[in-house]
Amino acid sequence: MSDRKEKYKKVAYYHGCALEGTAQPYNTSTRAIAKKLDLELVDIENWNCCGAMEVKNVDPEIQTYLSSRVMSLAHNNMGQDVVMAPCNGCYHNLKKAEYDIAHKEKSREVVEKISAKADHPAYEAGQVETIHALDWIKFGYGEEELKAKIKGGLKGLKVANYYGCMYTRPRHIFPEKDQGGDSESTSKPHYMDDLLEIAGAVNVEFPLKTACCGGAHTLSDSDTSTKLVLNILQAAEAAGADVIATECPTCHSGLEMHQIRALKRMSAETNVKIIYFTQLLGLAMGLSPRKVGIHENVSNAIPMLKEMKIA
Amino acid sequence: MAIHEKHLIRPENIKTHDKLVIDGVDVSGHWSTFIETRVVTDYNEQLQEEIAALPGGEYIHRCWQCGSCTNSCTVNAINPDFNPRYWIYLIRMGMESELLRDKEIIWQCVSCNKCTYACPRDVVPEGVMKATAHWLEMKGHTETTPSTIFDEEFTRQVVETGKIEDGRILKNFLLNSKQPLIQDWLIEMVKKMITNLPIKYLFGMGWATLFQPKTKGWGKARAAIEEHIAEEKAAERAALGLDPIK
Repeated sequence: MSDRKEKYKKVAYYHGCALEGTAQPYNTSTRAIAKKLDLELVDIENWNCCGAMEVKNVDPEIQTYLSSRVMSLAHNNMGQDVVMAPCNGCYHNLKKAEYDIAHKEKSREVVEKISAKADHPAYEAGQVETIHALDWIKFGYGEEELKAKIKGGLKGLKVANYYGCMYTRPRHIFPEKDQGGDSESTSKPHYMDDLLEIAGAVNVEFPLKTACCGGAHTLSDSDTSTKLVLNILQAAEAAGADVIATECPTCHSGLEMHQIRALKRMSAETNVKIIYFTQLLGLAMGLSPRKVGIHENVSNAIPMLKEMKIA
Repeated sequence: MAIHEKHLIRPENIKTHDKLVIDGVDVSGHWSTFIETRVVTDYNEQLQEEIAALPGGEYIHRCWQCGSCTNSCTVNAINPDFNPRYWIYLIRMGMESELLRDKEIIWQCVSCNKCTYACPRDVVPEGVMKATAHWLEMKGHTETTPSTIFDEEFTRQVVETGKIEDGRILKNFLLNSKQPLIQDWLIEMVKKMITNLPIKYLFGMGWATLFQPKTKGWGKARAAIEEHIAEEKAAERAALGLDPIK
């Protein structure tokens, strides 16, 4: 995989809206890791929102256009052929736009029409490769190399790896997955498990890796979301996890918000901590909790991490 | 796993008589159970075409009723009345009045795409749920749902500026859906956040709320997007036989 190591060494970084707002610690820790591992992140200048989970419900082709503009900036303005998006929503939408532009005439037509009116080159399928932060570390840095960077490690911290919906579904927008070998599995994803195991965590057997947190309706149908999140939190605790590791800002903030809401509205208390996988990796490499933004999380893991001498 | 069943016999149409004798034979209790005849005459023969004319509904005709969607459904697991396979069946049959009995819950699809993942026929049931929820709103069968209020506020911000800002979305959604801005869980979240957060982050977040982030030179994209959405919405209304919005 040395070609990917070369390819992912310098990537266009699309952090998106969430990582500037509720998911700041995901941004902080991703940048801290990049620095530590000497991987170059080039911010996409003058980016726009990918459309998240909402714009498609008003007009799916507009969502495709929004995502395509980001990829067009990376390819045409920056000369980058890899876009790295840590946010599952952004990652999903760029992948979906890639698929739709390659396979659906209407999507292609709308992208071309609006790009022309907005005075920028229309994105063409295949111009960039969109990857997740998990691909970026696993292949851009390499697992063997990562082992050498672990300092202190996670000291047997029990982790439930939670991937959510948008990282694996629907399958057709991820043609590189389920291809055997070291490709990711859409039914049982494992890239986060792999990295955190290297970092010294004990991954618990967690049956709800790709369950839904109700993120699309986290505010508009909060009771449904609270039930779904509570199920995930309780399953993680039942599996013996101290921490749920996340790689999606919608899942992460949904788990944080509904952990509190479940306590307030349903008197259901859970104590499992919710931490971005990039924060855990950073801690394992010896970065301070502040450097990876642990204090920015709502779910307060600092006492537990101190007790385990991880922080 | 079994296919989740749903049948068309309504509980109120199942009749039994505690005491009943027919031709000298005592058929009291369960012996006399019968289902009251119900004649469906109000088929909407356009229903499938109307759903298919809305974004997400395009592939509904492919369904062969295997039930994989309902079987894998996140919402069905917490509410058995949420039954995508059944609704797809009703739409394809044109049984509008039956569909309307569930009109208040169809919008609750969380778009987890488990159905789309499981569907052997590429129906994209998630899209069909969205199309059906929009159809219900457009036809005036339901009020604008909280989901649509959220989607529209979010989309409005993206179209206007190219970006969104969390705090503004939250505030406007609560206002637009007529909910109080002060929520118990929200207060608790803010309390937890400020416990560990250095003051500069709070300033940063306040700053973003006051001075909304924007994509530079977005004006032309905005105009083109607004024009496209207006065209699409007009086409959708025409497909449903509705008058154009003045």
